[in-house]
Amino acid sequence: MAVIRDMMPAFELFRPVSVDDALQLMARHGEAAWALAGGLDTFDWLKDRIKRPEAVIDLGAISEMRGITADRGGLTIGAMTTLTEVATSPEVVESFSLLSMAAFHVATPQIRNQGTIGGNVAQDTRCWYYRGGWPCYRAGGNICYAAAPKAMNREHCILGAKRCVAVNPSDTAPALIALDAQMVIRSAGGERVVAAEDFFMSPAVDITRMTVLEPDELLTEIRIPETWSRARFYFEKVRDRQSWDFSLVTVASAMRMSGGRVQDARIVVNGVAPRPVRVTEAESVLIGSPANESIGLAAGEAAIRRAKPLRHNDFKRPLMRNLIRRAIRGQEA
Amino acid sequence: MNEIELLEAVQRTVSRRMFIKGVIAAGAATSSVGYLFRGPAAVFALPSIQGSVGRLVTLNVNGQQRRVDVLPQETLAMTLRYKLGLTGTKLGCDRAECGACTVLVDGTNHYSCSMLTRSAVGREITTIEGLESEDGTLHPVQQAVVDEGGFQCAFCAPGFIMSMVALVEANPNPTREETAQALSGNLCRCGDYDKILTSAMRAAEYARREA
Repeated sequence: MAVIRDMMPAFELFRPVSVDDALQLMARHGEAAWALAGGLDTFDWLKDRIKRPEAVIDLGAISEMRGITADRGGLTIGAMTTLTEVATSPEVVESFSLLSMAAFHVATPQIRNQGTIGGNVAQDTRCWYYRGGWPCYRAGGNICYAAAPKAMNREHCILGAKRCVAVNPSDTAPALIALDAQMVIRSAGGERVVAAEDFFMSPAVDITRMTVLEPDELLTEIRIPETWSRARFYFEKVRDRQSWDFSLVTVASAMRMSGGRVQDARIVVNGVAPRPVRVTEAESVLIGSPANESIGLAAGEAAIRRAKPLRHNDFKRPLMRNLIRRAIRGQEA
Repeated sequence: MNEIELLEAVQRTVSRRMFIKGVIAAGAATSSVGYLFRGPAAVFALPSIQGSVGRLVTLNVNGQQRRVDVLPQETLAMTLRYKLGLTGTKLGCDRAECGACTVLVDGTNHYSCSMLTRSAVGREITTIEGLESEDGTLHPVQQAVVDEGGFQCAFCAPGFIMSMVALVEANPNPTREETAQALSGNLCRCGDYDKILTSAMRAAEYARREA
């Protein structure tokens, strides 16, 4: 809960002007370092005194991490580009409107003016037991409070739970996976490129992290290939109130049609599992079929077959099914 | 005049708000004096580690260069209110969840409770105090709010007004729908949204007339 407690505890603040300097600082401070992007996720942790980094490395002065450039039919987006810039960029709107829609659905205008796309995909989960400082599995403990018999878990996951039942809260993550984006990760040791689909961490692999980023690594840019440029897109985020709120379930999809049938499709759902889920079950029902109501329903049913709801979130199953159905039949229907 | 009479006289002439502002200004002066006595070496010492930040910074607030002693973990809202005495910016939730602390940074609206003051160095900060012109003429948005009586308790008003200013500058001819979207990052607990939207529409109208 929001409680004002005078000031954040002290930390040493660095404002490097290049990625190299930032990486050196990250390497020097190791586990005590905290990379700061827009800060909208960070400051809650610090104000609540739940995470107490010694060295905060503000990436805001690194100009090479900002901006959107066209690149062989695709786009390269600096990780520190604000969500407002992503949502309103003519290049994004023209060719990858899916991402523009996703960025536009994040929180509020003020948060989009400051929050970055890198921060949005790398943000931590919103499970309030975890964020409230409870010593759960994700926090290094040995229990999940959200899956306990009387837990409040309406917003938690229905798929992919492995001890932790928290969900990934990012709106842009499913859009980036649908667009087959590549995440460029740098450390003092060099650079690696990871597909957006593989960027998010499953609790079965490492329960304490949301992404594959190691403590000394930075997500520096996101590359979107030409593959899904101007495809048929669908984005819908369902939330309790139409501003500020994190999603209950979000769907992002990209489809290519040929002769009235779906040639290729990527459908991604977020808010249902600890990481964004590409619903290949739905995709395989869809490919080669017309994108209509009944195929949409069949694909939606296929997608939720393995879903296991918790005590208070059974509603997410029909919600996920129906969002997939709507993504497939599109706006026209 | 005995002590009690003196106190009453002071109370008659100095409002609570002015008194608080005076205390804040005095506090800021004292804290910067402490630094001056240490001499230029302490004030302007180069950061010892590459990329690390110093404490005395210059902020561009409402068109003025303000020198201020800032902690690394200090938020812009704290600096504006408690170091610079600009108490028009309100602190509601301190969590980017209410919008009362909204200020403009380089022309776009931000939650000043959720931005480090250090991150605002070198950027143009505008608070509610910086809207009226030097002769005291209200900004068209402020005038529109006054004319429409847009708020009830008005604790949220400075934040809303800053968002309205950002809106009318970006989009001089907004629809009511676009206005609602632009103000969706500000909460009003009196639930006065309808009048606030009407004020914002009038604000856009006044701003167009002035342009």
